[in-house]
Amino acid sequence: MHFQSAMSPHTRSAAHTGTLMKNVLYALVPGVLISTELFGWGVLINLAIACVTAIVAEAVVMKLRRRPVAPALLDYSALVTACLLALSLPPIAPWWIPVIGVLSAILVAKHLYGGLGHNPFNPAMVGYVVLLISFPRELSQWPAPGDMLTHTLSVTETVRFLFTGILPETVRLDGITMATALDYTKTQLRLGDDLATLASHDSYGWLGARGWEWVSLGYLLGGLWLLYKRVISWHIPVAFLGSLLLVASLFALIDSTYFSPPLFHLASGGVILAAFFIATDPVTASTSPVGRLIYAAGIGVLVYVIRAWGGYPDGIAFAVLIMNLAAPTIDHFYQPRTFGH
Amino acid sequence: MLPDHKALSKQHPLKKAALPPQLVIPLQQQAGGVNTPLVEVGDTVLKGQKIADSKNPVGAPIHAPSSGKIVAIDERTIPHPSGLPAACITLATDGKDTWADRAPIGNRYSELPAETLRQAIREGGIVGLGGAAFPTATKLTPTHPIDTLIINAIECEPYITCDDILTQHFANEIIRGIDILLRLLGAPHCIIGIEDNKPDAITSLQHALKAKPDDRIKLTVVPTRYPSGSEKQLIKLLTGREVPSGGLPANVGVVCQNIGTVYAIHQLVMQGNPLISRLVTITGEGVRNPANLEVLIGTPIHQLIEACGGYQENTGQLIMGGPMMGFTLEHDQLPIVKASNCILVTPKTPEIKQEIPCIRCGACEAVCPAQLQPQQLLWYSRSGEHEKAKKHNLFDCIECGCCDYVCPSHIPLVQHYRYTKSEIKTREQEMAAAEIAKQRFESKTKREEALAQEKEDRLAKKRQQLEKKTKEQHTDGGTKQDAIQAALARVKKKKDAQDAPKVTEPASEPATNPTDDTPTPQTAAERAAAAAKRRAEKKAQQSPATNPTDDAPAPKTAAERAAAAAKRRAEKKAQQSASTNPTDDALAPKTAAERAAAAAKRRAEKRQSSAHRGPS
Repeated sequence: MHFQSAMSPHTRSAAHTGTLMKNVLYALVPGVLISTELFGWGVLINLAIACVTAIVAEAVVMKLRRRPVAPALLDYSALVTACLLALSLPPIAPWWIPVIGVLSAILVAKHLYGGLGHNPFNPAMVGYVVLLISFPRELSQWPAPGDMLTHTLSVTETVRFLFTGILPETVRLDGITMATALDYTKTQLRLGDDLATLASHDSYGWLGARGWEWVSLGYLLGGLWLLYKRVISWHIPVAFLGSLLLVASLFALIDSTYFSPPLFHLASGGVILAAFFIATDPVTASTSPVGRLIYAAGIGVLVYVIRAWGGYPDGIAFAVLIMNLAAPTIDHFYQPRTFGH
Repeated sequence: MLPDHKALSKQHPLKKAALPPQLVIPLQQQAGGVNTPLVEVGDTVLKGQKIADSKNPVGAPIHAPSSGKIVAIDERTIPHPSGLPAACITLATDGKDTWADRAPIGNRYSELPAETLRQAIREGGIVGLGGAAFPTATKLTPTHPIDTLIINAIECEPYITCDDILTQHFANEIIRGIDILLRLLGAPHCIIGIEDNKPDAITSLQHALKAKPDDRIKLTVVPTRYPSGSEKQLIKLLTGREVPSGGLPANVGVVCQNIGTVYAIHQLVMQGNPLISRLVTITGEGVRNPANLEVLIGTPIHQLIEACGGYQENTGQLIMGGPMMGFTLEHDQLPIVKASNCILVTPKTPEIKQEIPCIRCGACEAVCPAQLQPQQLLWYSRSGEHEKAKKHNLFDCIECGCCDYVCPSHIPLVQHYRYTKSEIKTREQEMAAAEIAKQRFESKTKREEALAQEKEDRLAKKRQQLEKKTKEQHTDGGTKQDAIQAALARVKKKKDAQDAPKVTEPASEPATNPTDDTPTPQTAAERAAAAAKRRAEKKAQQSPATNPTDDAPAPKTAAERAAAAAKRRAEKKAQQSASTNPTDDALAPKTAAERAAAAAKRRAEKRQSSAHRGPS
């Protein structure tokens, strides 16, 4: 009788990268639902366009690289990239915005560097930055939260607008868009206003930017579930949010008329999404526990710096990319102590 | 967490395996001295009679597991990861199982000096029964003062239950065995470490300790978590002390012994039984009636499987040891050895999931008991960055398989580490050898230059003297001619005398054929490259077998790389020695190239054996 030979270990857990990625997708659901409720069907349409683009791009590029297509699609990494990018985009951006963004993410940021596991930069954030720099107008047109609209676009109206740019006759573009709180704050502060007068503006909600607080809560829920499922570890979200809170508190204490309160920072823009879903991308983050703390704390500080003094209202994509750049160096210096050393 | 599958082999009671008609006893079952047979074919031996031993103090003799006749002493396949044959004594049992005279030490052990006990343990052929089979007497000769004896009853590998069953049956004997060891070591404390998934064994030990209270012995129940049974991890768990990297437990005042070894020591001291049998777990979904058997060393595995009701329908692998660190056997016609704690038959697995790229999720780092960064080590192993791998403490990897087990990308991490470790070791050996060769070559060149210089000086002096003489005697023609002749003859004689020892050196031989010097190193280089290629191809052939879904390009590239590297190395070496002394007699390049080829060959053989060696 002859038996198969193999190297130990001869057993494996059922864990699979595809399962991890699927869990990330599931964890996005609450945030997506709240986002859709507030910002309309465009959220889902953006997601759909981005996902289809990502699947096609991934399949084609794997084919071109003469590698098996099925495993690459079944690891769900392309879909995670597509969803994270789509959720960072304004839900009324024209169809080609998510397409170009996803293509930049998958083709350039991911596969030009060697595909899954080899990319130094977070693909979704590369895609976002490409769009932000190339199409600033499209990227800054955020819809006003639904509770402020007299007319909410139906599915067909939204599809028509995204693909043709034609709105229903009774609706004007500036009727459905509104500056985000971060954007508004930045502009008005530059004009010499102080925070106290700004806070009464429509774009402000009960905690952060109007509507965004709820979306952030949705993402927080999903993020906590990811922690519970051990898909992510606590280090990155805690260090990111902690450092942002710390720096924001410090400056708010120094001058509360110019620097927004710390909780406003947490509940505005993409902070929560980034803390649990984007900065936690293991490929581009630091890999040791201490390294992750430093990496994420760096992102928190950079987000604040860009928001407070930079040229963009929200600084997450740039902060993440800059820290991606630093991750290998951090890993080099913060190798954990080996047993017996 | 890791499912333990231990209930499987505990459903049937412990029994004794039947006496087989033939026992095949490998001569080498332990680390240390190489055993030579003390018997010849045709000899009749009694049970417990010493049949092989070595003169090395680090070692353990082999004893006849039963009475009978020696029918063969030859090379046979033994259960070893390499699958290579080794010297074995084959004993045809006579069925009587007659013991040789035994002289148990008995209760006198408490009066005997430690050295006598140690010697008795060595003579009893006792080795660590946890799997490493390190000679116990040596382990009981610590280099530092010992304050704690740790008894390892953890048995953390899934499926294995032989220590559990042994403890349940022989708790009193084990406690007595601990007393023997504590006296031998002069240690004041003993901790028995056991996982909480063995409640019956824990109860047995508690009863034994109640019956014979001993306040030196503490029973510590630890949570079930692989690999708590790994020596250094267990010491940390039980005492909080961390054995330094590259150090021994004795460095922190600890000696560890497997609980099965303790029982074997008890049997030796109290009954006079050398180590000729052990408990073996026969288990796995591929066996009909899994059980624990008391087995004579040398019993063929297939008989044990038959004793357990035979194989199930679809068997996959036959593993010696546990599923995490055991090694696969190609067939069951192999004997049980002292280190065999488990025979595991797995069911046929449907399909191994395909390996996908590492995303550095860190799951491996979270479970690594050596607190390494497997994800970084993988990166450095793959890219051949040996220095970085060493800096990330690759050599602290205990190959427990935890990282492999949890990896969501199904990367065979441990395989990568084993390969890189052997690569680094080989390279370091090569470099050391090359350094020695270089030094020898340089000193030889210097010596020869000095000799040549000396000769030159002497000749010049002679010539001067001669010229002077000639000037003086220029009128006397005949004498002058004679003097020149005589001088020339003397010079020639001297020259011959100087050259003579050189001729005896094989070194100067190629000098007679100076045109020979280029082809030889080239051939050697080619030979080395060819050998490397063969070797790599063989490896490539093997690896698809181990992982049939693995994609072909990787081994192929590895093969090419290895061949190219070997060729480069050999050529470089040849060039180096050639360029150091271009006028040299071509001996050096030849030897260097030959050395490279020989090294490549040695390496190939070594790698073949080490590639299969399981972690011990």
